[in-house]
Amino acid sequence: MTAFWALVRRDLHLALRQGGATMLVLVFFVLAITLFPLGIGPAPEVLTRIAAGVLWVAALLSALMSLERLFQADFADGTLDLLALGRLPMPMAVLAKALAHWLTAGLPLTLVGPPLALALALPVEALPAAWLAMALGTPCLTLLGAIGAALTVGIRRGGPLLALLVLPLYIPTLIFGSAAVDAAAFGLSPAPHLLLLAATLCVALVLAPWAAAAALRLALE
Amino acid sequence: MSQSPPFFRAENLACARGERAVFRDVSLRLEPGGALLLRGPNGSGKSSLLRVLAGLLPPFAGHLAWHDGAVADAPDRHTARLVYLGHANALQPALTVVEILTFWARLQPGGDAGRVPGALAAFALRDLAELPARYLSAGQGRRLALARLLLGPAPLWLLDEPATGLDRDATDALWAQCAIHRGAGGMVIAAVHGPAGLPDARELDLAPHSLTAAQDDAWAG
Repeated sequence: MTAFWALVRRDLHLALRQGGATMLVLVFFVLAITLFPLGIGPAPEVLTRIAAGVLWVAALLSALMSLERLFQADFADGTLDLLALGRLPMPMAVLAKALAHWLTAGLPLTLVGPPLALALALPVEALPAAWLAMALGTPCLTLLGAIGAALTVGIRRGGPLLALLVLPLYIPTLIFGSAAVDAAAFGLSPAPHLLLLAATLCVALVLAPWAAAAALRLALE
Repeated sequence: MSQSPPFFRAENLACARGERAVFRDVSLRLEPGGALLLRGPNGSGKSSLLRVLAGLLPPFAGHLAWHDGAVADAPDRHTARLVYLGHANALQPALTVVEILTFWARLQPGGDAGRVPGALAAFALRDLAELPARYLSAGQGRRLALARLLLGPAPLWLLDEPATGLDRDATDALWAQCAIHRGAGGMVIAAVHGPAGLPDARELDLAPHSLTAAQDDAWAG
């Protein structure tokens, strides 16, 4: 377990000391959301209708931006070789890196996103459900994205390919996530959608680390 | 059977990268205190052989074994018995020297954070301990990578061009540590171009086994 937390701490250290990248993703997320009312116009009934979708699509794109670097530096400088030979099984190493990524990329989006959606005329009553949905959904984005990041780790400028690989995997998260926020915005119970989102997270938690680890082992050969 | 001294051996290894065959029919055997120098021109497969021996690259043919069983049957036990030093130093520019070593002490099998000060001292890194790795020169970075060797009791050292960039004092320190390691029953396999300070080391010339060097020369000629 010390090895797991040592890897999480190292990645957090790196993210904090190179804070620029983390901040950029957050700024992109904020900008993307605020562009919608400017483009569509201020009619609240239209904005309320699209608030949930905008929130999630912006989160998806922001996650993609930061995922490209998930394994790239470690691959380039030989760290991945040593992790593969380390005492941490590779799927656990992936999980540790995913946790650190979520703490620096997913958690800020989760905290900032729902209040921002108020600018899209999301009713205040929907805030708790939106927070909960983001808290369940952003780890899915990180974990599923880790598969794509691992598959494209050896490819220069793998960003576009990463997007093509990962965006289809994001569809369930997008559907359940926006459905939960939507339901809360229109006074319905978000519970069924949140449960489906939680189920997606469970599946991602179990499968993604192994899939990403297998992809990384191939990249090391 | 169980009375025989521990040893590591490889039999009839062949290696292919992508569609290219690299070498074939490479066999070797090491006993405690033994050392083996890998020789051969660029592209003859020294680095590939080291990656095969480390278990990072599955051999195309042949097998690896310790005195108590085949590596394929217990890859984790093999991993716990070796330290691999590749071309890349696996340094994070934003982390300090002591942070990097402490991290590897937690991640390497058998690593012990209590050995970090000794490892720093052995490669004259104590004055640089609090310096971020981005300020290290190439030789200092190599010394930091070498210091990883001393973090645990793993018997088998796999060194890929360990002396690259080292000044005379650091080169002496490297061979001195190898001598101490062998004196304690350790084994060293090193790919080296120049002279190596490994007394009584056997040499394995990969050129006769290589399937690429000759072709490359033909291309060059």
